[in-house]
Amino acid sequence: MNVTALFVALGAAICLWFFLVRRLRTKPWIEKGLIDLEDGAVGLPAERVGLWVFLAVVTSLFSLFTIMYAERSTFPDWRPLPDPQVLWINTIFLVLGSVTFQRARSAANHDNLAGVKTNLTAGGVFTIVFLVGQVLAWRQMSASGYFLATNPANTFFYLITGLHGLHLLGGLWVWAKTTTRVWRGLDSFNVNQIASVRLSVQLCSVYWHFLLLIWLGLFYLLSST
Amino acid sequence: MAYVAIADRDHEQHQHDPQTFITKYIWSQDHKVIAIQYGLTAIAVGILGMVLSSLFRLQIGFPDTFSFITPEQYYQYVTLHGMIMVIYLLTALFLGGFGNYLIPLMCGSRDMVFPFMNMLSYWAFLLSVLILISSFFVPGGPTGAGWTLYPPQAIADGTPGSGGGIALMLLSLVVFIVAFTMGGLNYVTTVLQARCRGMTLMRMPLSIWGIFVATILGLLAFPALLVAGVMLLLDRVLGTSFFMPEMLTMGEESEHSGGSPILFQHLFWFFGHPEVYIVALPAFGMVSDVLATHARKNIFGYRMMVWAIVAIGALSFIVWAHHMYVSGMNPYFGFFFATTTLIIAVPTALKVYNWVLTLWRGDLRLTVPMMFAIGFIFTFTHGGLTGLFLGNVTVDLPLSDTYFVIGHFHMVMGVSPILVLFACIYHWYPKMTGRMFNNTLGKWHFWLTLLGTYAVYLPMHYLGFLGVPRRYYAYGTTDFIPESAQSLNAGITVAAIIVAASQIIFVFNMVWSLFRGEKASGNPWGATTLEWQTPDTPAKHGNWGDKLPEVHRWAYDYSVPGEARDFTPQTEPPHQGVVVGRDHGVHH
Repeated sequence: MNVTALFVALGAAICLWFFLVRRLRTKPWIEKGLIDLEDGAVGLPAERVGLWVFLAVVTSLFSLFTIMYAERSTFPDWRPLPDPQVLWINTIFLVLGSVTFQRARSAANHDNLAGVKTNLTAGGVFTIVFLVGQVLAWRQMSASGYFLATNPANTFFYLITGLHGLHLLGGLWVWAKTTTRVWRGLDSFNVNQIASVRLSVQLCSVYWHFLLLIWLGLFYLLSST
Repeated sequence: MAYVAIADRDHEQHQHDPQTFITKYIWSQDHKVIAIQYGLTAIAVGILGMVLSSLFRLQIGFPDTFSFITPEQYYQYVTLHGMIMVIYLLTALFLGGFGNYLIPLMCGSRDMVFPFMNMLSYWAFLLSVLILISSFFVPGGPTGAGWTLYPPQAIADGTPGSGGGIALMLLSLVVFIVAFTMGGLNYVTTVLQARCRGMTLMRMPLSIWGIFVATILGLLAFPALLVAGVMLLLDRVLGTSFFMPEMLTMGEESEHSGGSPILFQHLFWFFGHPEVYIVALPAFGMVSDVLATHARKNIFGYRMMVWAIVAIGALSFIVWAHHMYVSGMNPYFGFFFATTTLIIAVPTALKVYNWVLTLWRGDLRLTVPMMFAIGFIFTFTHGGLTGLFLGNVTVDLPLSDTYFVIGHFHMVMGVSPILVLFACIYHWYPKMTGRMFNNTLGKWHFWLTLLGTYAVYLPMHYLGFLGVPRRYYAYGTTDFIPESAQSLNAGITVAAIIVAASQIIFVFNMVWSLFRGEKASGNPWGATTLEWQTPDTPAKHGNWGDKLPEVHRWAYDYSVPGEARDFTPQTEPPHQGVVVGRDHGVHH
């Protein structure tokens, strides 16, 4: 576990290095006068930068859970779970969700508001189906006697899937706000509003792809033991 | 160009000034009001932490005297004191308080980029504090597990507060982490995103660098505490076995089996060590600005200082197991962590040299903030040097469970950051309130605090060498602890209570000056950074009036030869006839 954590830290250090090394070489005590800001982040929308920072936090969170899972699973009392088949179906729905969000994004880039409307709605619905499927998986597990506290493998299963679901729910809240806006004012949008909807759809799609990746990682993790 | 777009958008926001008392001061989205809300809440809960420490010091100094302090209460006070000071006072005041106040003002923006989330952050923080306080009122009282909350004893029956107390503690931490994440996203994004024109990264004052890197550390490290907290909460509430091994408690077999307490320790310290720097880095940054301003000299080695902050931040993630030498580990791990611990001393020592060199041949103004800042250099050096001892496995093992460790970490991450906080509160008080504080009271506060804390913590190192163990409620008759150690303990307690009482001077000064203090000018210290150049003091909503500032120079143009004044604000354009260029520097 220490080694894994070390690699994570090392990776972070290297990224930081590349990000900063160029800028930190300047000599601010010599340069006078206005300098236009060169750093890439300044041109981006704040929401986008904020989202990526948040994704870094989420990555940290799930990596730590993964490390804990891997470590705890080496203990002798670990009783692996059978993988509920419904998880495969759920995964398909989450993939569909991600695909439709991507389609909504490209529709938004082409100012195709009808396309945004359809795909955005479908993406959310697929995600809701995924979440319902996850709850079904929980029910199947507990119906066959794998209760939360019986074994750490079970606890991890409920905990990790629950946490992932919680993150999706947060995404759905933003999705609901965006979708409502799209449905309400589809015909009367001015240029700024279209730009703002486009940004929301973009960020939603990034978040969904990210949570899909996390889910695939977790699914692999859960079925690997 | 990008910054124009941002400025425009900020201007739009600026039009919606809050009107009513409630939107202005209660449900405020203004970073300055949120900063003060954060600050006052943190100070209030910090006073509680200080009172708790006085109470348990009474027990240690004068055992068998105060019957109202039972062993259970003693442990509860110790635990809550630690947790409150580290998380709810230091983290919240540095990042939630000063981070909120300084980032937009020093970077030249109108507000944080996500003001609504910023407001939520404060209210979630307040909620976490209320949950923490509520644990005093549940049956069994608050947790007495020690601030590290190590399982199994943290949740085993028999530990004070192992029922509702520990559950509320963990819940409060989870809420705090959510609050911190919302705030932290704001701080990082605002620094990356909303700096005014001309404010390049390398023109930012070191305060912002410290707060920025510390926030990144917090965002990446707090999830570890969240994971640990959630898993421990499940172990407690639902009877799972993440961390809980098979064991007998109170003569009965527990419901847990197979868990690993060491896992918790790794998680906890993977958060816990960066946490030291989450507190220290903002302190490093802000003390640099206070020193440069009151020494009328540019900070020595600015670029080195930035590098050091970044390097310390990166290294702080690979030293955590030095808190766990006594838990036992593979000797190679011990070797590794001892090495990284000593390596992190290099950038840290470099910063200390640079502070001292900043003072060297400066035009020192011994104002109250300056005195606190210089005091910090002393306490931090002392605390840092004992850290070098404890970083070595063989030295740590005999000293780890003694008062030496208490002396070390209180010096390095208790007293030192607190001195910086005082320096900063005095330094920015005129800008926050528009009034000057009382100088005489400030100096009394400084000397009582500095000498008092030395009287408290220096003897503890000696107690540690004697082998006096920490955490004990009372020592009884123990052969290896001489009678004199007990007298020393009594002396420490007296000093601690004097220090605690002298904080009344500080609180009185702050409150009294708010109404009766001399009116402050916009830039009473003659400082260069942007927050002193606002059109109004205290700065109004939107900070800059109609026009955002533009930055023409770095933050440390003090006593520049040939200038009329001994400071040149960052907003001042270069003189006529100076050729401006990034590659060629300045040519006359």
